[in-house]
Amino acid sequence: MAEIWSDTLWPVIVIVFYVLVIAVPLMLAMAYLTYAERKIIGAIQLRQGPMTVGPYGLLQPLADGAKLFFKETVIPTGSNKIVFVLAPMVTFVLALVGWAVIPFGYGLVLANINVGVLYLFAISSLGVYGIIMAGWASNSRYAFLGALRSSAQMVSYEIAIGLIIINVLITAGSLNLSEIVLAQTGLWYAIPHFPMFMIFIVSILAETNRHPFDLPEDEATLVTGYNVEYSSMTFALFFLGEYMNMILMSAIAVILFLGGWLPPFAIFPFTLIPGPIWFILKVCLVLFIFIWARATLPRYRYDQLMRLGWKIFLPLSLAWVVLTSGFLVYFDMLPR
Amino acid sequence: MIALDRVARSFLWQELVVGFGLTLKYMFKRKATLNYPYEKGPLSPRFRGEHALRRYPNGEERCIACKLCEAVCPAQAITIESEPRADGSRRTTRYDIDMTKCIYCGFCEEACPVDAIVEGPNFEFAAETRAELFYNKEKLLANGARWEREIAQNLAADAPYR
Repeated sequence: MAEIWSDTLWPVIVIVFYVLVIAVPLMLAMAYLTYAERKIIGAIQLRQGPMTVGPYGLLQPLADGAKLFFKETVIPTGSNKIVFVLAPMVTFVLALVGWAVIPFGYGLVLANINVGVLYLFAISSLGVYGIIMAGWASNSRYAFLGALRSSAQMVSYEIAIGLIIINVLITAGSLNLSEIVLAQTGLWYAIPHFPMFMIFIVSILAETNRHPFDLPEDEATLVTGYNVEYSSMTFALFFLGEYMNMILMSAIAVILFLGGWLPPFAIFPFTLIPGPIWFILKVCLVLFIFIWARATLPRYRYDQLMRLGWKIFLPLSLAWVVLTSGFLVYFDMLPR
Repeated sequence: MIALDRVARSFLWQELVVGFGLTLKYMFKRKATLNYPYEKGPLSPRFRGEHALRRYPNGEERCIACKLCEAVCPAQAITIESEPRADGSRRTTRYDIDMTKCIYCGFCEEACPVDAIVEGPNFEFAAETRAELFYNKEKLLANGARWEREIAQNLAADAPYR
């Protein structure tokens, strides 16, 4: 009896506690990301954004959540009911699962596995399934077309992202996210790999189906894409999943290129602020770019999107891999 | 040379940088919108809002039932009935405005010889039912009592231009 307690139950309780410590602030961050998005886009369009619910509209995300929660879940008669209900859960869970390997600070990571990058890559690739399932199970033309677009788009940009990550990996010499961050002490990879950093930012916009690459949710041509038939909490889960993916992708960008939890300069005033704070600040910066892009750029046409992914980003990132590895081998700078 | 310039601009994302710079600049500009129920825009003294029937300072109704407003009303929203009062003066027994017909042209106000019917500064009189928008004399006089201060100010401010 005592063994079951010490071998199984206690570790489970500890892990559940850690998961909650990560997941609950994330949910809150996600809710307030929607608020920040509305406020920032409002400001750029010379509007005020939400102002009525609570001071400066600060309780707006809670009101939205409550509204969605109390609405009726409509399941279309023609749909495949099991897959229809499963799809939003898959999207949401996958967006949350990726956080297991994200290091928030030195040693502050739930699972410090040495293939962290591969794990993240696998999780983000699986994200397509939620959308395809939703589009297929809805048994609706718009949803189906949205899902098709989304899967093609995510697969295309994943290749570019993969090659960009290879650049970081051969420079850092590790697949462990914490070690990648530590390898950036003194010089963030955003500086030597600047073109890759820019391409990575654009690619994660496409990967998360955000503006200007939000063709899967194109209201003008697809009504709203893969989630037309969804309502209430099932819709909310898609919505949450999308924003969670944004935060996750920003965190990946920060870890790979912006030195994770490291301060910009290892000198006095910067080292006072603890690592996790730096990490959060940098994630917020990347998220701001997401929102800023949404307020600035019009939507891409579908063929332009594919051209950009396959004919520009893919060759460019491939060439950069050759360049980086050539440079590292020639100057004998390969990490051991 | 021009081609080179174009390639350089395209690879340096010149247009994107300019566009992003512009939106960032706009983010810090003064907002064009008001926080409406708490902030309101300025109104001209000539603003034509909700109707009101005014009284003289001694409490006597201004309206003498001349029916000029009824005649001039292009939407035929006004209905007036009148008969002599006990003291022999002519007064309205019925003064109805159908606010759903009214087009807020202000002709009634222009036509009135005694400044009895006016369109006040109030524009927040939305109602939940249609019937609430059929104003009768009682409602119009109540409006007059409620908005008299603002209406008198507006009339005084506009007087030099009439």
